[in-house]
Amino acid sequence: MKYLHTFAEKCNGCNTCMSVCSQLYFKVDDPEKSAIKVSAAGKNSFALSVCNQCRVCVAECPTAAITVNKQGVVMINKTLCINCLACVAACPTDVMMTYRGGLVPFKCIACDACAKQCPTGALKIEVKED
Amino acid sequence: MSTNEAKYDIEKFRKAHKILKEFSYELKPVVKGYNDRTLYINLATMEIKEKPVPAAMKKKFIGGKGYDLKLLWDAVSGSTRWDSPENEICIATGPIAGNTNYPGSGKSLVTTISPQTGIPIDSNVGGHFGPYLKFSGFDAMEIQGKSDRDVIIYIDGNQGKIQIMEAPEEAVDSHVLAEQLHEMFAANEREKQHVSVVSAGHGAEHAWIGCLNFSYWDKRRKLPRLKQAGRGGIGTVFRNKKIKAMVVKYSGLTGKSNNPVDMETLQKTGLKLHKEILSLDDKQCQMRTIGTAHLVEIMNDYDLLPVKNFRYGSHPEAVKLASWVWKKYFTQNVPDGCWFGCTMSCAHGIDNFELKTGPYKGQKVLVDGPEYETVGGCGSSTAIFNPDAVVEINFYCDTYGLDTISFGTLTAFVMDCYENGILNKERTDGLEMTWGNWEAALEMMHRIARGEGFGLIAGKGVKYMQEYFAREYGADAQFLKDIGMHGKGLEQSEYQSKESLAQQGGYYLTNKGPQHDEAWLIFMDMVNNQIPTFENKAEALHYFPIFRTWFGLQGLCKLPWNDVEPADNAKQDEPNKVPEHVQNYVDVYNAITGEHIDKQELMMQSERVYNFQRVFNLKMGHGKRPDDYPPYRAMGPVTVEEYESRAERYDKQLLEKQNIDPAGKSSEEKIKLHRQYREKQYESLIDAVFKRRGWSRDGVPTVEHLKEIGMDLPDVIELVKKHL
Repeated sequence: MKYLHTFAEKCNGCNTCMSVCSQLYFKVDDPEKSAIKVSAAGKNSFALSVCNQCRVCVAECPTAAITVNKQGVVMINKTLCINCLACVAACPTDVMMTYRGGLVPFKCIACDACAKQCPTGALKIEVKED
Repeated sequence: MSTNEAKYDIEKFRKAHKILKEFSYELKPVVKGYNDRTLYINLATMEIKEKPVPAAMKKKFIGGKGYDLKLLWDAVSGSTRWDSPENEICIATGPIAGNTNYPGSGKSLVTTISPQTGIPIDSNVGGHFGPYLKFSGFDAMEIQGKSDRDVIIYIDGNQGKIQIMEAPEEAVDSHVLAEQLHEMFAANEREKQHVSVVSAGHGAEHAWIGCLNFSYWDKRRKLPRLKQAGRGGIGTVFRNKKIKAMVVKYSGLTGKSNNPVDMETLQKTGLKLHKEILSLDDKQCQMRTIGTAHLVEIMNDYDLLPVKNFRYGSHPEAVKLASWVWKKYFTQNVPDGCWFGCTMSCAHGIDNFELKTGPYKGQKVLVDGPEYETVGGCGSSTAIFNPDAVVEINFYCDTYGLDTISFGTLTAFVMDCYENGILNKERTDGLEMTWGNWEAALEMMHRIARGEGFGLIAGKGVKYMQEYFAREYGADAQFLKDIGMHGKGLEQSEYQSKESLAQQGGYYLTNKGPQHDEAWLIFMDMVNNQIPTFENKAEALHYFPIFRTWFGLQGLCKLPWNDVEPADNAKQDEPNKVPEHVQNYVDVYNAITGEHIDKQELMMQSERVYNFQRVFNLKMGHGKRPDDYPPYRAMGPVTVEEYESRAERYDKQLLEKQNIDPAGKSSEEKIKLHRQYREKQYESLIDAVFKRRGWSRDGVPTVEHLKEIGMDLPDVIELVKKHL
């Protein structure tokens, strides 16, 4: 499966990844609309939360709107989603995201946009066996 | 049903259709949870019309069961019987229904004048029909009149079109018919999820215990699932009106389909409960893996599981029907919610079950369930401690359109009569109805479906059989009365109430008959002794039936209220009420409707409709104190065998509760002493409950009480005055 591997120890908290992500998918610079979240974890250290493509949400979705693509990435079909947020509740790492006023949840699809812009190499797209 | 594809000649079915009536209506969005219109269909005159909901009706009746009862009240007179043309089947949801955020929000409420009781029956059912009906434009629908040929009623909620069509070719039994109709009315595989079917089956044509199946399409299994509006013979009325099926199609569902005023609160409250369920269910009720069948061994351990027609409350072989057995039968790790967004996900199914009997013998089918009630009724109460047999009975009840609770309880009654010599092979047309004989039980059901011989008698239920056996066979009418587990004509659901006076009231001081959806007080009363006095019991028998009526007004399921509880619930005041979840309901209701109710007003909404239903019973010639008594077996030991099986308990009770030394007394004498005491206790309970409910000693809501709660409609007041 393809996933975004995070190296929190390299993160400097610049939030570039959140800007890149929210601008790419929501056309705004808004951390709430980023599929990756950076948060403070102590003095000069940061935590990175992002989907690891574990697929718990796939089994939970009542309309089978969440599937795994050929690259092993978990994808949400917005037209099938009925906005119940069961996937948000089921996510074991709290990375199925929502934002105020939004109906369809969103998540990291391992697109590589943030990793390409990360100035410290804290993000990297990797592939591992299913 | 078979998982083979394309096995029906849908084109042939279509060609045989003849459109008898077509009706178009204007599509409008739901606003704050309401359409403010209902749908009226008359199958005799072929009239179809929409009816606006007057503001006063909305205020007093809220929705769901409230709307159903109001529409039914206006349609029938005191002389209407179940098969009168003016009797209606009403289906409604409610303002909260159809939201996809709060678990358990997809229920339909169905009412009719029951063939079994002669009064309104109401049934709460899952599946997608109700919510799709709502988003198609109608808060409720009523079907009046009788067709002279089999028809399908089709509602296209995206086109604003309703059709009544003659439909001679499709199957009648639900597992086949539902699959045919999902196939027929969906343009492609994806659309099947947008279709829902209501159907009954051959059993409902011949029995008074007919149920309705409400379907939803299971995308993963690629088959329709069937949820039952089980109680009181609504399926019987459905087939009597010659309705083969009702179909609704609606696409476009989103989390905002109700147009709520406060989406954020709705999402937040739903998400909170989703998380609670996902983190706590495995430690609490295991609804997600086993569902209500998790109760079997608990009831057995507490002597509450009906065994042999409620003679006993436990049995060593009951472990064969325990939760761990069902867990293996049920396919795991699929979202089994009967409406979208219900993470409680308790509607479990058994895949590829090979049938051993009947017209579908040899087929591998999907079975919905069994639920606890089916296991209790069709398993332990008939002493059929054979899970395969219970699954097969469950399947055939569903597809034939028969209520598993009534079928279980009436079969146990038949077996009890057989074991007592009231019935014999001659009288049952060769069926050896001994305890545990599952093949005979199934054959009896197949005969009900075929309308043959003893099947026709049994299918009319316990009350009918009591009268028939006394009249035709000279059986002891009192004994039949004592062991016939019904109230008002409705078979009792599957909990042993002998040692809980409050539960006797929970079953028999009900509006429709002994069903567990009004009050389940056994643990509060018998196990935890939290409601020791008559006043305590009366308070519980006021609060819980009225609170739980609210689920019926809204189109909600009861289970997410207390089959999962917040982690700190036990520390709250009145944990039995699950106060945080009640607040959730207030919040969700306000978020959708824009109203500003609190917990008190929630209760008041329910109390109005609860009292209205009681008065409705009066209108139908019932609804007074004499209608509210249990058979003695629901209260205490009827036979020596029963007494002696729990002699230590009963002897101790004589000493402690009545100050009578049991030594030297025969079992017959002791049974009599118990009976006198228990029947007196029940009288005192009725007095206390009626007083708390604001009813006369005869069980009639007083004018003062009706005024106080705001259910003082002129025709209601006029009616009660005649009885006060």
